[in-house]
Amino acid sequence: MTLAPSPQDFERFLARKSFIELGAADRAAAILDPGTARVLLGPFDRLTSPWLPLQGITPQSDDGVTILRGRIDGAPAVVASIESRFQGGSMGEVSGAKIAGALELTLNDHLKGVPTRPVILFETGGVRLQEANLGLAVIAEIHAAIVALRPHTPVVGVVAGLVGCFGGMSLAAGLCSHLIATPQARLGMNGPEVIEQEAGVAELDSSDRRLIWSLIGGAQRAATGFVDTLVEDDADAIAEAVRTAFAAGVGAPARTEQVETYLARIAAYDPAQPADPLAMRRTWGEGEAA
Amino acid sequence: MSESNQSLGDAWLNHLAGVPGEAAFGQPSVIYADAKLGAETARFIAVVPDPDARFPRARTGEVGLEEGWTLARLLRETRTADDDAPSRRPIVAVVDVVGQAYGLREEMLGVHLACAAAADAYAQARLAGHPIVALLVGKAMSGAFLAHGYQANRLIALRSPDVLVHAMGKAAAARITRRPIEALEALGERVPPMAYDIQSYAKLGLLHQLIDGVNADAPTAADVERVRGGLQAAIEDIRRQGDADLSSRLTSPEAQHLRAASIEARRRLAEQWDAEV
Repeated sequence: MTLAPSPQDFERFLARKSFIELGAADRAAAILDPGTARVLLGPFDRLTSPWLPLQGITPQSDDGVTILRGRIDGAPAVVASIESRFQGGSMGEVSGAKIAGALELTLNDHLKGVPTRPVILFETGGVRLQEANLGLAVIAEIHAAIVALRPHTPVVGVVAGLVGCFGGMSLAAGLCSHLIATPQARLGMNGPEVIEQEAGVAELDSSDRRLIWSLIGGAQRAATGFVDTLVEDDADAIAEAVRTAFAAGVGAPARTEQVETYLARIAAYDPAQPADPLAMRRTWGEGEAA
Repeated sequence: MSESNQSLGDAWLNHLAGVPGEAAFGQPSVIYADAKLGAETARFIAVVPDPDARFPRARTGEVGLEEGWTLARLLRETRTADDDAPSRRPIVAVVDVVGQAYGLREEMLGVHLACAAAADAYAQARLAGHPIVALLVGKAMSGAFLAHGYQANRLIALRSPDVLVHAMGKAAAARITRRPIEALEALGERVPPMAYDIQSYAKLGLLHQLIDGVNADAPTAADVERVRGGLQAAIEDIRRQGDADLSSRLTSPEAQHLRAASIEARRRLAEQWDAEV
């Protein structure tokens, strides 16, 4: 049911500034008020992974995460932005500690009365397997920090693509007060390759891209309530969605707190049925409970 | 003392509580028991296999959709039940979880959110003042450990070949990193965070205590008493330190050494946080 694009659609497409095509630092800067961005732990800090060189892998000076301070709508802010082009955006000891540390400092600010706004730009396969247990440990620390922050401020997450958000970091995205995604994004716990390995190709053919996006793509996640705002791949539109999320403030229960709603939905689902994403949109669609 | 078909989580919950676990809200894969631990009553919680589970991918001790959300419900109920109590009861997460449930339906229905909800409920119980100890008696794998145990104030493990901590099963990790399994195992010997065994994990400084000389499979009564003693000491430590966050994982001598980069990253972030903004 695709309509032919109108001339206005083409103009809009050409005027738009792709967010997905930006690197981690530019993505973070695009979220902040113009001219306010300041990098923390820049390249001169030389804080790199101690574990990758032991395995013959060249480390990167930011370990794949950029932390930018600045302002959002004039309020103090911090953006933690994951660089998918380094090790698939995976969470190692240092990259994870940068995110956890930034969120912990944000909590300190709130306890002192400074209303710092935290944003996480997820672009990650989850734990960096070369730093396995230290990646898993720091992801638990990121979870702890998000839960501790949520009563004080919205914690806003963005999954833009193209890597998406998987593994332990999909739990972090789930814990956010407000989650924004593009149609190019994917959000799931187990990446398609891992499911195929653990459960067999009959469960999932990891090369079936259409099936994968229909199940865990941004549009499906938004239509079934796992994502709050679906936006096009446009830097201004994403920044606007972030500002709107902070303007809404705290108060509404987080998705992870809506336990009875989700238990009832799971209980009503028949696991013998084939997985049907369109049927799920009808039964879990927004407006029903959210 | 344990039946051969009983999981380690099931058996240890029984050993420690002195009674078999009860299904939480009728969900057989999430069990709990309330039992004396020192002078107070603690709540013991475990995720156990259920061969008849409705979701086929969560029948052998995985944390799936029903397990994650049921854990969340149980933890939230535990917290609100103590809202007016003079002191919040200790919670012991008995950990033997083989992984999150891997499946198409699980992904579609949001197993990530089910696991997040459990982690959230543990974290909120901890922040509310429940002393929480995770006791590792078997596998503590990946997202399942994040959902059940990793939000505890203190982590305790039995030194046993049955006790493993890792981010991904060996076969899948080999495929994703494009290495043979043997190469992965060899790396674990040189690079402690890559290893699966609990001795290597202990080097990372995340554990509050590694309990020696207890047979995880067939503990004696004296073994069980020592573990109970370890749990009590950990709970006392939590109350004495009064820390409701996870900062104790960065303060051990082992962490100073092997998690030095974690500490340094935080130190420099704090230093640069407020500069001239």
